[in-house]
This record gives sequence, C-alpha cells and structure tokens, in this order.
Amino acid sequence: MWVFLLTEIMFFGGMFGGYTVYRNMYPGAFASTSHFMNVTLGAVNTGVLICSSFTMALAVRSAQLGRKRALILFLVATLILGCVFLGVKAVEYHEKWVDHHIPGPEFHYAEAPYFHQAQILFFLYFAMTGMHALHMVVGAGLLTTLIAMASRDRFSAEWYTPVEMIGLYWHFVDIVWIFLFPLLYLIGRTK
Amino acid sequence: MKHTVIPVRLYALVFLALIALTIVTTEISRIDLGEYNFIVAITIAVIKAMLVILFFMHVKQSSSMTKLFVAAGFFWMAILIVFVLSDYLSRGWLPVNKWWQ
Repeated sequence: MWVFLLTEIMFFGGMFGGYTVYRNMYPGAFASTSHFMNVTLGAVNTGVLICSSFTMALAVRSAQLGRKRALILFLVATLILGCVFLGVKAVEYHEKWVDHHIPGPEFHYAEAPYFHQAQILFFLYFAMTGMHALHMVVGAGLLTTLIAMASRDRFSAEWYTPVEMIGLYWHFVDIVWIFLFPLLYLIGRTK
Repeated sequence: MKHTVIPVRLYALVFLALIALTIVTTEISRIDLGEYNFIVAITIAVIKAMLVILFFMHVKQSSSMTKLFVAAGFFWMAILIVFVLSDYLSRGWLPVNKWWQ
C-alpha cells in the first residue's frame, strides 16, 4: 500500500512542482489571486477533512478490536464527512464560475496586468483541487464498499486489511489537502 | 497485519492538535509577516502532515521498511523541489550570453 502511496506522492508532486515554478515566475500575480479564494470555506473544509480522518482512524481502531457496529458507524461518519467536503468544494467551484475565474475565453480578472498570469494559477487551482476531489470521489466509493463488506461480516480482529489500506489512502488524501490549503488560500492574503 | 491498538485519547489529542493548527495557520495568514508568511504556513502544514502520518497512519509503530518507504517518498519530493528551484532561481546569475544569441 505504501508503494502505491509513493506513486501518488510522485503524481501530486508533479503538480506541486509546477506550482512552485510558476509561483517563482509570477509572485505578484499568484499572491493577488488569494483575495479571490474563499478562505472561510477553505478553512471549514480543512476542518471537515480532519474530522473525517479522525473518524477513519477510529474506524480502523474498531476493526482492530473486532467491533463491527462501531466500525460501520465510523465508516458511515467518514463517508458523510467526505461528501460534505465535496459539497463545499462544489459551492466554491460555483463561486469561481459566477466570478468568471475559470480559465478560458470567459475568464475575467479585476487586476488587468495579471490577466494571463492569474489564469495559470486558476488553472493550477482547478487541476490540483480537481485531482484531489477526484481522489475523494474514489475514496467515497471505496468507503461504500467497506461498509457493505463490514455489514456482511467480512472483517474480524484477525483480518481487516482492506479497512487499514483504505484508511491509509484516506489519510493520504487528507495530507494532500493539508498542503493545498495554505498554498492556494493562505499565502499572499495580506498583500 | 497486527498492530498494537492506540488508545482513543491519543487519537483525540492528535485530532485537537490538527484543528488547533488549522485555526492558527488561518489566523496568522491575516497578519503581514512578509516572507515569513510562507515559511510559517508551510511549517504548520508539515507539522500537521507529520501528525497524520505518525499517528493516524500508524507509521510511528510500523516496521523500519514502512518508515523507509515513507521517507523515500518525501525525499523524492524534496529532490524535485530543490532541483527545480536551483534551476529557476539561479537563472540570470551569470553574465553569459544565451546560446541562441
């Protein structure tokens, strides 16, 4: 599982690398975009995702102890929190749509000199958060499978490997967001 | 796949620390610290990631093999960022003509 997560680090690492390069090329433009990010929603979503990681950790713990009811309960809680995150993300994407902050022919930007450079940032924003959201969707599917398996008594205190593996995956997706949040929302807020 | 069971108390402590750090990093970003805004934000993000990796992902009690893999992943990430920056940041330092000129 950790080998798979390593390939995931490389996958997201490429995008973080691209972000680093463009941030260094156009620091002014990149800082100016953080005014148009909804920090409140971003912070709330960070909290939601941390809560879901917490319930996931408790789900793995319940599986270790062979507590079926608690396991299902925590998995459902994690799934719900994951869906809340995606819901908030959809609201944010809608805001970007309304503000014409989606790169393309309809793109508008208040600070004219940064028009082209800001588009690069919004492209990276959608690529990075979009890939992250896609991972969340996959994670939600995996959680649903786990809930179905758990309710059919597939797991025991001796064998709960899928719960543990998908737990690792879920925490990894959480870590990606832990880095995305300061990079996209917080840096340059005061400029 | 046998691990020692971590008490709920420890999970709860890590969870509270993560939430507290999120609030701290959000509030600090309101203050203008110049270059330090970036450093503070990234430092807090690294601390949060470490907490998740060590406790939620059980790396603290895992085998050396697992630790090696985790370290390799982040070492790779460090190579990527450091080498990319050593290229982009040092461009134009030397008064050498571009090869196409």
